[in-house]
Amino acid sequence: MDMETDQIYQIDVGNLLAFNPNHRFSSAPSSREELVKECVTEGTKLVQAIADTLFNLPSTETNDGPLVQLPPPSTKLPREKHLPRPKPPTKWEEFALKKGIQKRKKDKIVYDETTDKFKRRHGYDRVNDDNDIPIIEAKASDEPGEDPFAKRLDDKKKRVGKQEKNRLENLKSAAKAGALPSHVQLAVTGLPISGTKAQPKKIGKEALGDVAGLAATSTASGGKFDKKLPGEKPPKKQGKHHKYLPVVPRYGWVDEEKEQTNKVLGKLLSKHSHEILNVGKAINMYNDKKEKKKSGRSDKLKAKKDITKKKPYANKAN
Amino acid sequence: RKRFEVKTLGFSSLELKNLIFFLGAVGRVAEVAGKSSVMMEIRTPKTHKAKRVLEKRAPKLVENGKKTLILHGTKTSATVSSVLMELYRLKKGGAIKYSRRNENIRPFESGGETSLEFFSLKTDCSIFVYGSHTKKRPDNLVLGRMYDHHVYDLIEVGIENFKSLLSFSYDKKIAPHEGSKPFICFTGEGFENVPELKQLKEVLTDLFRGEVVENLNLTGLDRAYICTAVSPTKVFLTHCAIKLKKSGTIVPRIELVEVGPSMDLVIRRNRLPNEGLRKEAMKSSKDKPKKKVKNVDQDDVLGKLGRVYIPEQEVGKIPLPDKSKGVKRERREGKVKKNKEEGSASKKLKESE
Repeated sequence: MDMETDQIYQIDVGNLLAFNPNHRFSSAPSSREELVKECVTEGTKLVQAIADTLFNLPSTETNDGPLVQLPPPSTKLPREKHLPRPKPPTKWEEFALKKGIQKRKKDKIVYDETTDKFKRRHGYDRVNDDNDIPIIEAKASDEPGEDPFAKRLDDKKKRVGKQEKNRLENLKSAAKAGALPSHVQLAVTGLPISGTKAQPKKIGKEALGDVAGLAATSTASGGKFDKKLPGEKPPKKQGKHHKYLPVVPRYGWVDEEKEQTNKVLGKLLSKHSHEILNVGKAINMYNDKKEKKKSGRSDKLKAKKDITKKKPYANKAN
Repeated sequence: RKRFEVKTLGFSSLELKNLIFFLGAVGRVAEVAGKSSVMMEIRTPKTHKAKRVLEKRAPKLVENGKKTLILHGTKTSATVSSVLMELYRLKKGGAIKYSRRNENIRPFESGGETSLEFFSLKTDCSIFVYGSHTKKRPDNLVLGRMYDHHVYDLIEVGIENFKSLLSFSYDKKIAPHEGSKPFICFTGEGFENVPELKQLKEVLTDLFRGEVVENLNLTGLDRAYICTAVSPTKVFLTHCAIKLKKSGTIVPRIELVEVGPSMDLVIRRNRLPNEGLRKEAMKSSKDKPKKKVKNVDQDDVLGKLGRVYIPEQEVGKIPLPDKSKGVKRERREGKVKKNKEEGSASKKLKESE
């Protein structure tokens, strides 16, 4: 907004900011008050300039007063945090993209054929509720003595567990890309694999349960016949634990089986190396061998042969 | 070639392998793909409030207003403490003031920023003001900004000729309200030519700006910050209240009255952000966040169509007013009896008995 020909102010209405780049103190201000006065008058001019633009903007009347819509600020200021990073697609999303599976919106009310009614999909009195099945017919493949209802619940638990594991993996890859959702935190918990560095953290109830389970399964029968303390829950995974590493290592990955065997072997050897190898004896043997090779040369420890001295019955051919 | 036999302590090779398998199999962890060697847990906030706080602090397209952190250094003089206190008062809604001394914060040294960054992370503040007083640098103020909770840039100024806001006398009616959006004015060619003053201009804008608003109430404009470049190294800063006077046009005549603290800022040291960081911080996304507008359709023939949902009216169950009190006694009793028969509760039952 021009006030005088040589006074063009840079006005940013969005920030209520004005800058006058052309002001020069014409004469050195005589006193502090003079300086202050001049600054305030210059400031007044600038504020007046902003107000001129501001009050001419279209305004709406409200109870509190005239409301004006400000334009976005024109001065660029640095952000305080980085721009939100795009989330990497989850494993399902990648698969769906590859196969061309479209997302379909599910209705909240579904027709239930068993009762010929419309029921809700989730919640109270829902369609296909697991608890509502009265009869499960036996199939030829079923084992006698196995509870099919319990089996259904068990299957569901397994599915839920698998889903949780997949969710964790997806979040880990998102965290790696720096795009973890704001309300989620990934925390290290529980026990690490033996041989790796342990994270010193408080052990919670679940981790203690894991350790107890470990101890149980370390017995030969996999903890099946252990006497349980009152209140102790049965181990989550019955039987022995086996982790079979892939025989053929994945491309680009470290050969885990080889690493494992090497690690353990190394530890065993280093611990019991004194039993395996008698270092002193080995040295002596080595030295003897060496001496036999260099029979002509004299050793420091050996007494120096005095060639001037003649041995009485020396046989040179020896 | 050397050969030596290894006595594997009575373990047969099969037993050894089993031993190794046991060592490798640690419950759930073994089932997780061999990438991670540590168990991880997903933690989400248990309360809605905690979730809202986390979402507020997350990086967004359109950011919140920057909060200011005000700190004391190892030693502060009376001037510095009052400057910090008054700055806090001016920025009441968006500032956090720590009252303790911080001896291990040295903004210009490479190791002395860790404490600052930690505080910034904890309080979610992106601007900090650190005041200290030493013999070499008396009445020192360091203004700094953070990007992603790491120091972005710093500027150190010395305070001279400080006048506290208590020393100004003015009509209390024009006193600016807390949290009102201020006018910011810069005068002087120094702000364009001298790089340190340019940086100071940017930092002061960031500091005084507050929230970026779209709608502004014109009656709530009551303060202005005036910064004048007196010399290439000195800036005079003052805070004024605005008096709007009647003028012939819609635009009122502005009058400024000095109310607040006024001081001279002498540039001492500064640190500019490095170029890569600056470019990243200045990046802004051009697309606006997509706001989902529901129940609005665009039709080629009819234009803009909207959908209105009306709940079903159950005419029989509309609650009618119980006007039994506005009527004479017999009628009242009759009405009450009728309501009782219909089953709806009547407060006037007591009176009628």
